[in-house]
Amino acid sequence: MEERPISDISFRKFLAEEKLMGSKCGKCGKLYVPPRHFCYECGSSQMEWHEMKGEGELAAYTCIFVCPAFMAEEGYGRKNPYCTGVVALSEGLRVVARIEGVDASKPESIKIGMPLKVTFLHRGEGDKAKTYLAFKPA
Amino acid sequence: MMAGSSKRKLGRGVAIVGAGMSNFGMFPDKDSKDLFAEAFAEMLASVDKGIDPADIQAAWIGNFSNDFFVHQAHWGPIIADVTGIVPRAVTRTEGACASSTLAMRDALMAVASGMYDIVLAGGVEEMSKCTTEEVTEGLALATSPYEGEAGYTFPGVFGALATAYFHKYGAGREHLMNITIKSHENAPLNPKGQFKQTIRDLMEAKKARMAKKGEPVPDWADEKEALFDPSFNPPVAWPMHLFDCCPISDGASCILLVAENLAKNFTDKPIYVVGFGQGSGRGLHACPSLTSFEANRQAAAEAYGMSGLKPKDVQFAEVHDCFSIAELIHVEDLGFFPEGEGYKAIAEGETRREGRMPINTSGGLKCKGHPVGATGTAQMYEVWKQLRGEAGERQIPGRDLYIGATQNLGGTGGTCTFTIFERR
Ligand SMILES: [Zn+2]
Repeated sequence: MEERPISDISFRKFLAEEKLMGSKCGKCGKLYVPPRHFCYECGSSQMEWHEMKGEGELAAYTCIFVCPAFMAEEGYGRKNPYCTGVVALSEGLRVVARIEGVDASKPESIKIGMPLKVTFLHRGEGDKAKTYLAFKPA
Repeated sequence: MMAGSSKRKLGRGVAIVGAGMSNFGMFPDKDSKDLFAEAFAEMLASVDKGIDPADIQAAWIGNFSNDFFVHQAHWGPIIADVTGIVPRAVTRTEGACASSTLAMRDALMAVASGMYDIVLAGGVEEMSKCTTEEVTEGLALATSPYEGEAGYTFPGVFGALATAYFHKYGAGREHLMNITIKSHENAPLNPKGQFKQTIRDLMEAKKARMAKKGEPVPDWADEKEALFDPSFNPPVAWPMHLFDCCPISDGASCILLVAENLAKNFTDKPIYVVGFGQGSGRGLHACPSLTSFEANRQAAAEAYGMSGLKPKDVQFAEVHDCFSIAELIHVEDLGFFPEGEGYKAIAEGETRREGRMPINTSGGLKCKGHPVGATGTAQMYEVWKQLRGEAGERQIPGRDLYIGATQNLGGTGGTCTFTIFERR
């Protein structure tokens, strides 16, 4: 798997295999999720894959009542809102991800700082198969 | 010190000598050409000593997504044709909701470099012929790809920033309501705006509708009680509710820029562009702070550096309040209020028209409307009016105005600009 090029396309293929992968700078060790071609810190392009632990805490969130078409197809909408958030990973960086296992119809019950662990949402079939990054209460 | 904040200069001074804006709103009987013609006609009439359109040497026109909204791209030559600038050069610029400020930036650089002496900058967007779902989808094209996949909408990204701000500084929805109420107080004073009613007006209208239908009439004690009532103000992307969000709009705006040495040929009251900055941002996963836009900080550092001015020198500003939380973050990023203190200053009325630092006297995007490609130069239109003392009923009272500014944001903070203007 380490042979895969550093790219968002590879990142998504890893998600389908239930792996949250970032890139690690071969020169200074800085991590990036999703992966980056170049290191912001030292300018190096020697990037290698690094699997993240998938642990973190909620840093920000929103509960969506007016939703895009692809979420409406999953049955979400004004009467059935969903939560999406920003997760601060234990490795010290952030990802944006859907937040499962919380009550999006009671947004105030969701707490910034709550511990979370990674989960993967597989949607669609065949050519339309897609895996979404998500987190749920740890 | 951020990259690019060292003092940069224009090759020569540049002044605005005319400005125009169409009415903003939803206009089923007008297309982008009609709207731009309306703005252009007012711009021509605003040049005190007159301008022959044949003397305009080039133009830049901001447009975000008419390709998507009305299935027509390549707006440069279309606008060239509408205005009679054809066959001279007209270039379209795209920076999401900051598209026309990018047009103005190119126009500014072209005049400052000496390449041209008299140029037009403006923008147009035609959004209301789509359904709300289509507009939501069109606007979401300007979020980061990671945000889109995670189910974020435009208001969703700003909702997430709001929760981070609330958590860090102890603010809440009631503080964002102060911004909405203030914008709606300015709204009836802007004849070109999309909404012209205060929150009080809207509360009374809703009560009347309920009474007419024979349904129980709400008994709200004040504006905030109504805004907390989901039947009046439903959630869109919690904590962003309907009244935290700007509307879907059609409109156009433009300004005429000339070399400083020519300015007095056109008017005795030119407005000089003394500072400009622009920055880029990465989105929620990589930005340094969830309570600030990195692109804003960059833009502000550049514009203050170029002008030699400080935040306290700016007397009033138009900022990009696509969502209420955005206005709060901007007034802190631009240095008008300390980080984490903006919501307190707003609660004390400091950003009202009569306050120490009036923000969005036009009614802001919230009430004036937000035809995205037209917004940047429409903000400049308001500053032009205020600095020349021509803002009518909404003129900032009791103040000799000589420094104003505009801040324009594209996408979810991917592009931010800050421009400082001076009347001498
Ligand atoms: Zn590095």
